[in-house]
Amino acid sequence: MTQPLTHHEAVPVGDSVLSLTGITKRFGAVQALTDVSLEVRPGEVVALVGDNGAGKSTLVKIISGVYQPDGGRIVFDGRPVAVHGPSDAQRLGIATVFQDLALCDNLDVVANLFLGQERATASILNEVEMEQEAWRLLRTLSAKIPSVRIPIASLSGGQRQTVAIARSLVGQPKVVLLDEPTAALGVAQTAEVLNLVERLRETGLGVILVSHNMADVQAVADRIVVLRLGRNAADFAVEEATTEELVAAITGASDNVVAERASRRTKPEDQDHE
Amino acid sequence: MSEATRTAAVAADLADERLIKNEGVGGFLSSQLNRLRSGDLGNLPVVLGLVIICIGFYLQNARFLSSRNLVSITQYAAPIGIIALGIVLILLLGEIDLSVGSVSGMAAAVMAVLMVNNGLSTTVAMLGGALVGLTVGLLYAALYIWIGIPSFVFSLAGLLGFQGVLLFVLGSTGTINLSKDSWLLEFTRFSFVTGWQSYAIVALIVLVYLGTEWRVTVRRTAAGLTPPWWPLVIVKAAAIAVGLGLLTWYVNIDRGFSYLWWLFFGLVVVVDYALRRTRWGRHVYAVGGNEEAARRSGIKVNRVYVSVFVLTSLFAAFGGLLAAGLQTSVSQATGTTDTNLTAIAAAVIGGTSLFGGRGTAWAALMGVLVLQAITSGLNLAGVESEVRFMVTGAVLIIAVGIDSLSRRARSSSGSG
Repeated sequence: MTQPLTHHEAVPVGDSVLSLTGITKRFGAVQALTDVSLEVRPGEVVALVGDNGAGKSTLVKIISGVYQPDGGRIVFDGRPVAVHGPSDAQRLGIATVFQDLALCDNLDVVANLFLGQERATASILNEVEMEQEAWRLLRTLSAKIPSVRIPIASLSGGQRQTVAIARSLVGQPKVVLLDEPTAALGVAQTAEVLNLVERLRETGLGVILVSHNMADVQAVADRIVVLRLGRNAADFAVEEATTEELVAAITGASDNVVAERASRRTKPEDQDHE
Repeated sequence: MSEATRTAAVAADLADERLIKNEGVGGFLSSQLNRLRSGDLGNLPVVLGLVIICIGFYLQNARFLSSRNLVSITQYAAPIGIIALGIVLILLLGEIDLSVGSVSGMAAAVMAVLMVNNGLSTTVAMLGGALVGLTVGLLYAALYIWIGIPSFVFSLAGLLGFQGVLLFVLGSTGTINLSKDSWLLEFTRFSFVTGWQSYAIVALIVLVYLGTEWRVTVRRTAAGLTPPWWPLVIVKAAAIAVGLGLLTWYVNIDRGFSYLWWLFFGLVVVVDYALRRTRWGRHVYAVGGNEEAARRSGIKVNRVYVSVFVLTSLFAAFGGLLAAGLQTSVSQATGTTDTNLTAIAAAVIGGTSLFGGRGTAWAALMGVLVLQAITSGLNLAGVESEVRFMVTGAVLIIAVGIDSLSRRARSSSGSG
């Protein structure tokens, strides 16, 4: 159909584990993504931010194999790849934790962790090996789960998120993609999930974190990639970006409604805090 | 003993004081209580129901619990139970098959025509009947996967359509009597396990249970996980041995359990094992619990649907063949609404959720026992089928009501 954009093939890949260049995706009349690039290195947390409709979810689905891009190049581990489906992505080593977690409420923690990749000999499940591995995974994440033999349904939101993240590690991936992992969580649970993200980084994984929450992003990310209207709007190292700059990049202007509100509120007691 | 060595000796699944422990009598009771409170009733309601039904009919007529009556209840429950086993599978996916009765009748009719009119051997004729079930299952799977028709609709069409096929196949005669010397009649009507063989089966069941638990214990200990709690295992094994042993002794006063019943029992055990311990069974539960999650985790969802639609229709056909053998004939009324709804009601009454993902193979066995007990008890009381229909309907509503209420308990305890 559409040819890959050739002028992007010169972009140096470096030591990145996953690099996307010139990604284009169109749905009917809507150009969802235009010439988008994204790069993750091992042991790096890249935050992907953007307003509603910026193309975050489309990009996530392309990386996880749910959608196929119309054009562009995906390089994984130094070689160009085509991701034709979710199982393709898993096989490559790209694990995705979807926003709705995609857990089966009626199954226990072990069953959910190994769903679709059960340990079995001649199709007979090896429960002991799976339970042992489940405890090992949960320990590497320092996760607190009351029992791996209770149905997911009886766990709290943060615990479910933990299980979903632990599940992404079962196939020993190189890149973990987290789609809005803290969206539905309370303060303490959010902090726990951010700890998990840091632990993923410590184990040398490339982490892509999609989030709406600027505080979370700034707390945990190494780099922040901003999408706006389906294009790359900015790429910050986390220490050089202020919240105002981020918001400006996301909304596309510095005189936007958010910045205006912020300046209106800070003017009276100017420099009082920060 | 120092703190460090103590924690090292603790199993991996108990290394944190917040972890749920099931050790000891108290641990066992509290974990059971928690399960009930969170809306996971298991087979408790149906067991209670069966006990109440037995006591009620026994007080009304002591012959209800006679050895002879128990033999005939189990014998006549088996064919419908096999059909209900298929219903359990399809309900686990959150789908329904309303046509199992018609399919059972059609398969029986095909078998009868092949056997009596065409003079084929019983085995070949039965294979022909089973082929009918296989074809229907594949057809349903195709309609569901390729066209996307809801299972409720195409199985309703099947309910009518296949009853028409039954009439067509039977032709003008209307009723076909199976040949008396067929082994199918011998097997379904006159074969019973008595004497030492019956006790050998009981002993085998207990030994298999203990052997499985022993193997689990060895492997879990080697893997550093808590093994099963053996006092409980011993108690359960003793309960199985004594309970099943006494029951066997009691029915042996009459003819003993029928081959048909043991066949059904064996099928339940096999399906239960397949559901709980194989990759396929895990995938069935996953698709029934959250189809989208199953698909995203790489499970071949369509294959699961095909396998279950085919198995449901095969069990329906097989149950129909056995029922025909038990009744010695196939008539225009074979496998009509009665069979259909009894099989579906049995699966639901046994505790299979209509909402998918919850239930076990044992639901078919418990549910069909409840319904057959009601039928038998009302027959003994000399009540005609109108009352039986009403009672069965009421029991079905109670069972679905319990399912819905426990579902609500699950969501209010955060276990949605």
